Amino acid sequence: MRKPMWALIAIFAVGLMFPAAGVSKQTGGTLNMVAWEGYLQPQWVNPFQKQTGCHINAKYAGSSDEMVTLMRTGGGSQYDMVSASGDASLRLIYGHDVQTVDPTKVPDFKNFGKAFQSPPNNTVGGKHYGISLQWGPNTLLYNTKKVKPAPTSWSVIYSSKYKGKVTVPDNPIQIADAALYLMKHKPSLGIRDPYELNPAQFTATINLLKQQKPLVKKYWGLAGQEISLFKSGDAVVGASWPYQTNTLIADKSPVKDLIPSEGATGWLDTWMVSAHTKNLDCAYKWLAYVSTPKVQAEQAIYFGETPVNSKACSIMDKLSKGSCEQYHANAPLQYFKQIYFWKTPIAACGNGQNNCMDYTKWQQAWTALKG
Amino acid sequence: MAASLDRPKGLRQKRGARRLGGALLLFSAPIGFFVAIYIAALVALFVSAFWSVNSFTGLLEHVWTTANFSTLWHGSVYRTVALRTIGIAFAVTITDAVIAFPFAYFMARVASPRTRALLFVLTLLPLWASYLARVYAWQVILDHNGILNWSLQKIGLPAANLGYTNTAVWIVFSYIWLPFMILPVYAALERIPHSYIEASRDLGARGSRTLRTVILPLALPGIVAGSIFTFSLTLGDYITPTLVGGSNSQFIGNVVYDSVNQSSNLPFAAAYATVPLAVMGIYLLIARRLGAFNAL
Repeated sequence: MRKPMWALIAIFAVGLMFPAAGVSKQTGGTLNMVAWEGYLQPQWVNPFQKQTGCHINAKYAGSSDEMVTLMRTGGGSQYDMVSASGDASLRLIYGHDVQTVDPTKVPDFKNFGKAFQSPPNNTVGGKHYGISLQWGPNTLLYNTKKVKPAPTSWSVIYSSKYKGKVTVPDNPIQIADAALYLMKHKPSLGIRDPYELNPAQFTATINLLKQQKPLVKKYWGLAGQEISLFKSGDAVVGASWPYQTNTLIADKSPVKDLIPSEGATGWLDTWMVSAHTKNLDCAYKWLAYVSTPKVQAEQAIYFGETPVNSKACSIMDKLSKGSCEQYHANAPLQYFKQIYFWKTPIAACGNGQNNCMDYTKWQQAWTALKG
Repeated sequence: MAASLDRPKGLRQKRGARRLGGALLLFSAPIGFFVAIYIAALVALFVSAFWSVNSFTGLLEHVWTTANFSTLWHGSVYRTVALRTIGIAFAVTITDAVIAFPFAYFMARVASPRTRALLFVLTLLPLWASYLARVYAWQVILDHNGILNWSLQKIGLPAANLGYTNTAVWIVFSYIWLPFMILPVYAALERIPHSYIEASRDLGARGSRTLRTVILPLALPGIVAGSIFTFSLTLGDYITPTLVGGSNSQFIGNVVYDSVNQSSNLPFAAAYATVPLAVMGIYLLIARRLGAFNAL
């Protein structure tokens, strides 16, 4: 009796070991990721899966708010990572949906532009809640045949010269663009940060947008809408992304874009890790991988945005000549002083006061503005 | 009780009970589906309208509050949006009724069977194409360099510039929902016995009088039934205003969509979604008064 019993246990034990060994060898497991479309292309995801054995499942989201919602489904355990934009990241941090990360585990972190190592939209109280990925400015786009002289200021979308031919994004965060304009043109209001507006500053900003409304042909929701507005001639000037400019120029439309004298708002995306992930090991491997110059350059060229790793510049030029310059990937620190990156407006102002208008107020004001 | 029953009756009752049981069994799946999907969803919608969302973290807070409804009541923008939605829904309904009636009359009472079949196909044909494709087609027709302005220019008229306005929304809705008006009106007109019209003529009524006093009243339930479609479909839509509307074209659906998509405020969206529900309830009550459901 004894011998067979021991044999049985031995067989069981060996049998248990095998699948276990198999699992730990093949994988670091699976990463379920919420991302912007175009951020998880096979071009750079496949090599990662081969190198690390970590498998990636992509879930594409259409808006920042959808990302926040997805990261909270199933008690936050359904997704491991998210490529959050600045208008979502603070909500995820304060909602305890994401965890702190250690940048020393990301070798390329030291090569990031200084503006992207600890930006306020993913670093709170000196703690990093993610690793910056790519950024882009919100530019002023205009039709070179219809808009003369060439604009240098955002005032062109607030003046009645192009009445009924203006288009701006249909997004509450657009209020920051108007606040930025007032920050430069009405210093008496004392706006220091276009995302931190006290009631008086907020009212002044909304009033500017109300004056702008009769000039607006349409508030565009999708990049494609703005492209067709410019193609049909229904709009000749508007707030835009580099993507629309590139698409229109590729289509031989007479357009140009610029960052006007007041500066511009911009987005900065961050890979963040869910507070409930079971695959921290793979998550760190991914953070390190997407920060490498090669992957940064590939994604920048694919999507039409700018990498945060300054070493990506030369690879970008190899992939597409002149693209480093075109996307300002080699821009000096001074350049970023004129870009005000999206962040979620919260009640706490930067100056220690607590009377700023939070994002819900922005959203309500935006709905009321559209009427 | 069973003792007092005579045998055959008891048997019949048993058989009847079995039949009832069978029917219940047969319909339990659809009824269960109906209760679970329709009723439960509506109840969930209504209950969540009384919750709120933490303004910063965006997390749902399951605390009873009527704040959403008071925001709706006091915010003038929500009244404006609701009135615009209802107004355009009415305009679309009337436009469709005016266009559909002569068309359906021709189909039902004048056209030969062959022409009728052809007209049926033509009515239904747009429904086979994608909704989005049809709205985008109108965008191409109405926008600044569009077919409409181009044609007007060719015949020496000034440009209309209807693109991205509420007029465009009204035109596109009227086009899209037209088949939903034609079909019930056709069904109502077809059912009017020819003898009624002959009797009207025999009694000396002219065409217009016959139309007013015989045909229209008998077709009214069909028109009302069609109007329920055109009205409720316009009331709930948000895609057409998004695509062909201008800077002043928010519908109830757009506000609901933005509440969920821009601020994750599901409770407020639920509260606002009760408005079209209430409007449709009132509309159906009026429709019942007008006899739209008598034929059911």
